[in-house]
Parts: sequence; C-alpha cells; structure tokens
Amino acid sequence: MQSFIKKYYYGDIPDDVAGSTTVISKEINKDATWPLWEVFIRSKQGLDHKHAGSLHAADAQMAIENARDVYTRRNEGVSIWVVESKYIHSTNPDEAESFYEPAADKIYRHPTFYDLPDAVKHM
Amino acid sequence: MNKNSEINTNNKNTFLTDYCLHLADNSLILAQRNSAWCGHGPILEQDIAITNISLDILGQARNFYQYTAEILNSSKNNSSAAVTEVTEDSLAFLRDNREFKNCLLVEQENGDWGKTILRQFLFSNYQYLLYLQLQNSADEKLAAIATKAIKEVTYHLKWSSEWVIRLGDGTEESHQRITQSIHELWPFTEEIFINAKYENELTEDKIAVDVSVLKDAWYKKTAAIFAEATLTIPENVFAQKGGKHGAHTEKLGYILAEMQFMQRAYPGCIW
Repeated sequence: MQSFIKKYYYGDIPDDVAGSTTVISKEINKDATWPLWEVFIRSKQGLDHKHAGSLHAADAQMAIENARDVYTRRNEGVSIWVVESKYIHSTNPDEAESFYEPAADKIYRHPTFYDLPDAVKHM
Repeated sequence: MNKNSEINTNNKNTFLTDYCLHLADNSLILAQRNSAWCGHGPILEQDIAITNISLDILGQARNFYQYTAEILNSSKNNSSAAVTEVTEDSLAFLRDNREFKNCLLVEQENGDWGKTILRQFLFSNYQYLLYLQLQNSADEKLAAIATKAIKEVTYHLKWSSEWVIRLGDGTEESHQRITQSIHELWPFTEEIFINAKYENELTEDKIAVDVSVLKDAWYKKTAAIFAEATLTIPENVFAQKGGKHGAHTEKLGYILAEMQFMQRAYPGCIW
C-alpha cells in the first residue's frame, strides 16, 4: 500500500513504540509529500504582513492552521497570509552584480541634498 | 443556621466540587493523553498543534482544580478540624483511580493519529456545546472559566473536524483506519450525555449544564462531519459507562501511574 503522508521523524522513538498499532509503510511516494508554504504574519492592525517562515501543509486551510499553531502561539499576530512557495519568484543570486551594484554609488538618488526649513519637523 | 440547612449547604458544596472535579478531570486526562504525542507527531506542524491543544485543556483543568481547592479550603475553615490545605496539585497528583470523575472517552488509548484525532473531535464537539451553556451558569466562576475556554475549544473543534474529514475522505488506508477507531471509541460516547448525580442536583439551580439536552446537537454535528468524511455512525452499540462516578477502564490506572509517579515517590517535590 502506498503511504500518502510522509512521516518526518525528529524524535528517535519509532511509531510502533510511540503508540501506533500499525507501522505505516516506510516507502516514500515522491508525489505524496506535503508542499511547502511561506507564511506572512501581521503583528498589529495597520502594520504590514511580514515573512515569518515556512512550513509544510496539504492545502491552504491546513497551512493557515499550521501557521497559527507554529507562528502565533506567543501572541505574534492578528492576521496570516500563506502562499505556496512554488508561486514565489525571486531574483537570481548570480545576477546580483548587474541587479544591485549599480545602485551603490548613486548617492544623488537619496533625498539628502535639500535644505529643510526649520519649521519642518519629523523628516 | 439550623442543622438541616447546614447539611444542605454541605451537600450542595460536595455536588459542586464533584462537578468541578468532573470537568477538571476530563480536561486533565485528555491533556495527559495528548501530551504523549509531543515529539512523535506525524509531522512537525501537527506535533505542535496537538501539543498546543493539550496545553489549552490543561489550562482549563487548572482553572477548575483551583476553584475546587478554593471551595474545599473555605468549607474546611468552618469546621474545627485542622486538615492540610488542598491545592490544584494535590487534586491532580494525589487522588486515586476511583476518585477521578472523567468520562471514559478521554482515558482511551491514543492509538494511531486517526484515533487521537477522532477522540479529540468527539470530545471537543461535546465540550463546545457544554461551555456554550456553562457560560450562563449561575455560578460566576464556572461561567467565567467557560467564557475563557470556549474560544480555545472552538478552534479544537474546527481543527479536529477538518482532520476527521481529511482522513475519512482521504486514502483507502486512512478511511479504513479511522473507521476502525470509530468502532473502538463509539461505545464511550453515550456516557457523556447521561447526567451523573452531581449534575442532576446542580441543574435545578442552573449551576451545572443538563448534558442530556446536548446530545441532539452533538449527534447532528457528528453526523454532518461524518457525512462529509464519507464515514458512518455505528448503530446499536453497547454503551460503556461509569467514569463519571469513578468506575474506570483499566487504562486510567496506567495514566495515573505515569502522571503521579513523581509526587508519589518524592512527595512535595518541585522543579
């Protein structure tokens, strides 16, 4: 029989001793592993959602519940976003030179060359 | 106060402490059972989820034990006999098998993940309905505990419902396993909805919840989730009872042996 839930052991006590009456077959179906999800948490109303970490879950609903249990147990959040990691696209580290370095010596792009009137506060 | 009304007050207090202990023991024993999954969950995220739930219901148990201890200590002050103070810890760790009033369902073995989930679902479904009513209890303390706990239980019910659906409507193996668990656990569900003496005595004063009226709503919710999970509710099952007045299955002894060992072997030890 195929096992559709991959067992991740991080304790050292096997299932038969830990309480299960039958040991789930150890053969791992590659399609059966749960996908990875990225978790974004908003800590307070009015603030942005910030990346908190990632976790495994079978579907979006489970991902949100897992995120609730893993990332908000110490009162960290009021709102959770999850997105499957495969839908996040990122820049290629190999292209870092052409992508980011040209901005390094263009200090004139920073708004620091203006004389501010004394009346202006909080800038 | 004449002698008769004094006896009445004493009786009422005993019913109230029995009722509190029943609610506390339900939560404590299930928390102890669930805690055995710590480090052994099928996946890290679910390991944390079941442990969180375990801690939630342990917190509820503590509230009920603290209240029980409060009542017991204050009633002792009225009598002249000097007795050692009752605490939440002494209630949890120094009572024996027959003094525990939890329902039989919560002391059943963890089995596989599906059985643990199903036990949680059957119990949370009941606990949700119970606390919903207990919030209106004439006893302010019980009402306050229920108001705080119902938020937790709402989540436990949602979480376990989704797992029952997932496993029932999952693979052939998960369906077959959870079906097996239903047959193992169903005999212990009937007892929950039979009022014990202390419940009967307290419902009149609107302190305790009449559990017999919760059964219909409980059954309806269970049937709805089972239908979605393509599972069937067993019929004509012989109901096991006794836990609520101290007659337990042999499993409780093993739980207490493990849970109480330290306090029995090293009385009063702390860490």
